[in-house]
Amino acid sequence: MSIVDKGKEAAQGIAQSVMKKAVELAPGALLPGGRPDPLIRRQHGHIGKPVSRVDGPLKVRGAAPFAAEIALDGMVYAALAYSTIAKGRIVTLDTGAAEAAPGVVLVMTHRNAPRLNPPPRFLSGDKAAAGDDSPVMQDDRVRWNGEPIALVLAETQEQADHARSLIRVTYAEEPAATSLPTADGCEVGTFMGEPLRAVVGDADAAFAAAPHKVEAVYTTPGHNHNALEPHGATLVWRGDELFIHDATQAVAHTAWSMAQIFDLEEAQVHVSSPFVGGGFGAKGLWQHQILAAAAARLAGRPVRIALSREGVYRIVGGRSPTEQRVALGADADGRLTAIIHRGVTPKTRHSPMPEPFILPTQSAYAAKTFALEVQTCYLDMVANTFMRAPGEAVGTVALECAMDELAEQLGMDPVELRILNEPEKDPLSGRPFSSRNIVAAYRAGAQRFGWERRNPVPRSRREGDWLVGMGCATATYPYHRMPGGAARITLDAAGHARIDVAAHEMGMGTATTHTQVAADRLGLPLEAVTVRYGDSSLPGVILAGGSQQTASVGLSVMMAHQELVGELLKLAGNDSPLAGLGADEVECADAGLRKLDEPGRFESYASILARSGRSELVVEGSAPMPLETMHWSMHSHGAMFCEVRVNAITGETRVSRFLGSFDCGRILNPKTAASQFRGGIIMGLGLALMEETQFDGRNGRIMNRNLSDYHLPVHLDVPEIEVIWTDIPDPHAPMGARGIGEIGITGTGAAVANAIHNATGRRVREFPITLDKLL
Amino acid sequence: MGITVNGTDVDLPDDPRVSLLDLLREKLHLSGTKKGCDQGACGACTVLVDGQRILSCLALAVQYEGRSVTTIEGVGADGALHPLQQAFIEHDGFQCGYCTPGQICSAIGMIEELRRGVPSHITGDLHATSIPYSRDELRERMSGNLCRCGAHNGIIDAIAETYRANPQPEAAE
Repeated sequence: MSIVDKGKEAAQGIAQSVMKKAVELAPGALLPGGRPDPLIRRQHGHIGKPVSRVDGPLKVRGAAPFAAEIALDGMVYAALAYSTIAKGRIVTLDTGAAEAAPGVVLVMTHRNAPRLNPPPRFLSGDKAAAGDDSPVMQDDRVRWNGEPIALVLAETQEQADHARSLIRVTYAEEPAATSLPTADGCEVGTFMGEPLRAVVGDADAAFAAAPHKVEAVYTTPGHNHNALEPHGATLVWRGDELFIHDATQAVAHTAWSMAQIFDLEEAQVHVSSPFVGGGFGAKGLWQHQILAAAAARLAGRPVRIALSREGVYRIVGGRSPTEQRVALGADADGRLTAIIHRGVTPKTRHSPMPEPFILPTQSAYAAKTFALEVQTCYLDMVANTFMRAPGEAVGTVALECAMDELAEQLGMDPVELRILNEPEKDPLSGRPFSSRNIVAAYRAGAQRFGWERRNPVPRSRREGDWLVGMGCATATYPYHRMPGGAARITLDAAGHARIDVAAHEMGMGTATTHTQVAADRLGLPLEAVTVRYGDSSLPGVILAGGSQQTASVGLSVMMAHQELVGELLKLAGNDSPLAGLGADEVECADAGLRKLDEPGRFESYASILARSGRSELVVEGSAPMPLETMHWSMHSHGAMFCEVRVNAITGETRVSRFLGSFDCGRILNPKTAASQFRGGIIMGLGLALMEETQFDGRNGRIMNRNLSDYHLPVHLDVPEIEVIWTDIPDPHAPMGARGIGEIGITGTGAAVANAIHNATGRRVREFPITLDKLL
Repeated sequence: MGITVNGTDVDLPDDPRVSLLDLLREKLHLSGTKKGCDQGACGACTVLVDGQRILSCLALAVQYEGRSVTTIEGVGADGALHPLQQAFIEHDGFQCGYCTPGQICSAIGMIEELRRGVPSHITGDLHATSIPYSRDELRERMSGNLCRCGAHNGIIDAIAETYRANPQPEAAE
């Protein structure tokens, strides 16, 4: 063994022992026997206040710079040409006219693109970011209808777009699987390493024997995220370093993944993304950033790539369609004896993502038997991906409509049927719930909504031409906290704290909420805290996904804060009123440290730093592994109530009232949280009534690749949506808060469908429920 | 002669293909006006031309010679926020902020249409000289401005509050 290797080994040994000690010392705040986050107890701080967004003034002035708005000297503009077949080979690719067109700097195709490693597929490694691991312009193969086949760089966007139109291509087409009947293979899907299958007892036999039962097939179409900001990036190579102004939910993941693709060290790629114009799961690493970086390298110029709306549909995946069969068996009292939820969804071989629609069914209701399964078939199409509440958004459509159908058959109130089947512990894992107050959410929601005015007999309330009905459904989304959280606190002599964390602000309120949380944790006024985020140079590997960012950032800052208190006590030394105190004897308040039971023993941060001659104190903390989810079944919960008016003549549905009653732990900022809940609900109204990615099963091409033909809810479609919450802290989550970003879209589709059934007597199981299906 | 943008004269582009939107964003670096679809379906690019709201992605810049364009950068006066901008913050009328400049410019133009008595799809009496000021009128008239984050309630609250308190707003110049 060389001396270098011995040194390395010794260093690793030290690192491991330090790590072990850290694990032993960690308070395990979220684990059994641990002390919950002390902020949960604090009642009069910034947490819970409806603070307006800290980035509000920038955004209302249009002064927040988005990725495709950064101007770089010498920048050229990119335009992409897309394949028009689903599978085959490029036979001829004539780029002569494009190359000769005015202003053109480069035409890149598979013939001259630099050799690139395949993009690391999301979930294949800690920092893998790519939604699709197909080779990027490396050969003459076409893998989906819409795959980029050429990229043009020109001095202006107009020149690039025109030159792109001059490219001529011919293909040798091959048979492609573009619809479920032609799908290539079918197998049990896997999600985050786990098979999408669960069996408890003999559900089929229990269902057959049940005195009450419902069984139906529900279908949901593909959906696209349609963030208002199309994907884009502005990037430049400086020597061997790549600087990307990106629109992404994963800055650290993108930097590492781009380094893998271009054979670089991770530190050579810098990703900045302080403002993201909506994400919903779509703003990850797709081909456009990779192609733009390759072209920038070839051309030696900075590049702006701003995908057209069509471009987003061609290369960024959406939610896959599903076909779900739900069968529920119940005894004479309405207690579930069998829950069967099986179905099929397509994906590509290059996507990490089978739409996991059985997830919400795993923890929803107590039942003696379960049979849950997602079958995945492979199609030649743009890689499908994560979209707001993957699994739960469409899985609750099937499960919660079936519960409504069962309630009707039993002659029970649908709220009471759900409460009757409330589980005491997680029905599949057997783990206790960390905190579950869904019954309270139902009771509060029902009272507030006026549920008692619902007539259980369908089609019994008519006002003129309008049939009026009410429906409800359960909303659910799991608590996640992914490994890799870290944060840095810089406390300066003036008593100002800066939090550095590689998190993201796509509109969730991240910057605002964590300013509040950090201010409470540090005992500072809001003005004395700045949160810096959205850059891969900052600490942490933190995905803005899975509704987990708040937990990840919150715990990372909590760990950094523990470091900070320890360091401050050390610096305070023997001349301080705090002399001799340990970290667990003090708290942060009034811009300093004070003894918990003796507030007179206090010293301000400024005083401690001044006396020790320090201009600032910098500490970093890392969040421990998310073991809390091994001990508890952790989920956000909600009860959705909807009132619709359906026109008896035209079939037009108008949502006249909607209420979401949530149980998501402590609500950190009621203003931004309400917007998150409403935003999810409104996307759920789209899912219920209008959204559908129209996929041409003959050729694998998305037909409605624009915002005119893909219908989103607009102002007139959105009633005033009321949101309320239990605000009961979860003792096993940082700040007592579980996720809130995705739950709003869950349950909403079923609540609308159930209301439509109550209004009209029509049970539509094929989503979206457009007016033609009600005539 | 060129175009006046937020009170400043700017040259027409040499390339007649340049949209008013791209002139603003790429040549003048006024990137507050957003590109959401570039085909007139989302409203993110809404600006005011001589006080009327238009979709700048569907407008060729050279057609606007001699006209006065107001973008989100020109909505507030002397660096202060326009009352509607302030109301958007108070009512959380946005999340990601990408559709926001278009919503605000659109609302300013929309209120003038309402005051002029221009009927909308839901107006009951097309011959009425004044239109009842209702949330549904606001919602209908703002329906050309898409928001995917779902800030619709806050947007309408902000507009309703701003113009209820101030029924004769100053038109943007």
